Amino acid sequence: MSAPYSPKVLTANALLEGDVVYLAPDGGWTRRHDQALLITDAATAEVHLRDAAARVHEVVGAYLADAKPGPRGPEPLHFREVFRTRGPSNYHHGKQERA
Amino acid sequence: MYRYSEFDADFVRNRVAQFRAQVERRIDGSLTEDEFKPLRLMNGLYLQLHAYMLRVAIPYGTLNSAQLRQLAMIAERWDRGYGHFTTRQNIQFNWPALRDVPDMLDALADVGMHAIQTSGNCIRNVTADHFAGASAGEVADPRPIAELIRQWSTDHPEFQFLPRKFKVAVTGHPDDRAVTAAHDIGLRLVRRDGMLGASVLVGGGLGRTPMIGKVLADFVPLADLLPYLEAVVAVYNLLGRRDNKYKARIKITVHETGIDEIRTQVEAEFAARKPLFSGVDQALLAAITAQFAPPDFAQEGSGDFAAAYGGDPVFRAFVDTNTAPHRSPDHVILSISLKAHGATPGDCTAAQMRRVADLAQRYAYDEIRVSHEQNLVLPHLPKRHLAAVHASLREAGLATANIGLVSDIIACPGMDYCALATARSIPVAQQIATHFEAMKLEQDIGPLKIKISGCINACGHHHVGHIGILGLDRAGVESYQITLGGDGGPDAMIGERAGPGFAYDQIVPAITRILTAYLALRHGPQETFLDAYRRVGIAPFKEALYGDGAAGQADAA
Repeated sequence: MSAPYSPKVLTANALLEGDVVYLAPDGGWTRRHDQALLITDAATAEVHLRDAAARVHEVVGAYLADAKPGPRGPEPLHFREVFRTRGPSNYHHGKQERA
Repeated sequence: MYRYSEFDADFVRNRVAQFRAQVERRIDGSLTEDEFKPLRLMNGLYLQLHAYMLRVAIPYGTLNSAQLRQLAMIAERWDRGYGHFTTRQNIQFNWPALRDVPDMLDALADVGMHAIQTSGNCIRNVTADHFAGASAGEVADPRPIAELIRQWSTDHPEFQFLPRKFKVAVTGHPDDRAVTAAHDIGLRLVRRDGMLGASVLVGGGLGRTPMIGKVLADFVPLADLLPYLEAVVAVYNLLGRRDNKYKARIKITVHETGIDEIRTQVEAEFAARKPLFSGVDQALLAAITAQFAPPDFAQEGSGDFAAAYGGDPVFRAFVDTNTAPHRSPDHVILSISLKAHGATPGDCTAAQMRRVADLAQRYAYDEIRVSHEQNLVLPHLPKRHLAAVHASLREAGLATANIGLVSDIIACPGMDYCALATARSIPVAQQIATHFEAMKLEQDIGPLKIKISGCINACGHHHVGHIGILGLDRAGVESYQITLGGDGGPDAMIGERAGPGFAYDQIVPAITRILTAYLALRHGPQETFLDAYRRVGIAPFKEALYGDGAAGQADAA
């Protein structure tokens, strides 16, 4: 029996601004990790990844990142993904300044 | 300094126009990302962690005030009001929007600048000693050679798809401030029997397989240099591995083929190519060299310098730490630190760029340099203006007296910006700098080069840092490896790994233990960290890092 699927969010960078975006439950893109769609099985993840790869005029470099459910919505697991939710640590630039 | 010819100007404008059309086609959906990516990389546009990043070349680190003001304008108009000077004498803008990039490139072209060949598997921006043309004891100014190589390599049809990127550095000074031994080709200008030529090093590089360059030719006369370089790159282009990205750099080719066999092939290739160089390159070099003629250095004494130096301890510390001897009496080379304690190494605001541009124009023959150590330089500053320049830099937050000291750290952007990074670099540099400033130990510790990379690609040159720090991802946690005893100078050395890595919040205490041990064991303040390390070896520092018995466990992790 295979290991249980660890949940994921689908993330990419927006084509025009380069901002980090996440696939939302409505099929659009959100800038907020906690509003992302939490994907809980491999087959669905694969479908969304293929779909994102076809939306070349919207996003660049789509991939699946590990996430876990939290009180306000999905939370990132790896520190790289945590940084991507807010921006650099040396200036208050990027997403954190709009939060 | 070099001025674009009409051909250069047309070439750059055409490239911007092409890229503008490519961006439009990307945005309207005609081009996929797979199609667009190589095109944007050819023009210096990366997609990083949080945004696009535009990398602009500053060939051999030389700028005039108009160019630096234009970089300030670009930073304010299309970015976030600052730029980041890199370890390869480039400047990076961290927040451009895709639509704006063609306008940014046009604005660069207005002042003879571009982002061509700042990415991709081609010959990259040619770097040089940042004290070129100014330093006492120089054999020759390396910049005419660097400019000749830039012109020859730009859009060179044979070398647009090399196995991997290719970096060239040139020094004209025996001190080698250009880290030539860590480049694919390093050129060291030398004079033999009155004739100018270059010692050619090949196969140096850092990254995952750090290697010090080997001498391919002791002496290549200037007249043969371009065909000789073409022969080297041609041999690499054919022999270099294309099956494995991690084994594709020329350092691996040299390592696997052997330097003697490479030399034999290069000499055969050179013999075939040399007759094809009709002498045009030498005429071009002569014309370029004329454009790099040194300014007419005014000999007007040192004004009130001595009084200011004697009377103002802050000014004195600034002069002692940040100036270097100039070839002309009554002048100094002034390094302007972009490492204020707690600041991001290499970052410069638009206001600071304008301030430096104004000072260069008013006092220093309109010349500015960018160093690979991420500082700015006024290469020709009359001594009599030093006090005025210091006062002005102070107002702009640019008078930090720390060149070559513990807080003059070079650091790559790391995981705060870079998509390749495995850990952060910038906050580590910030914390080390503020820690030793608070301890007031900086002057006591003396000359020290700390270099930090946020991944194995080693943009922060950690292997050649006296203390090198490499940030890694160890099972989902940032971990920092320390190397000791590296050196990027004429007798370049790769540092030795001290042992297991340290967590993010343990790296400053670890560096503190190393430096406390150094202060305790050195033979007085005259013995620098590197000298002491060479005398005692790594063992006492391992002991300081890992405690009892650790010195015996070489490379446990």
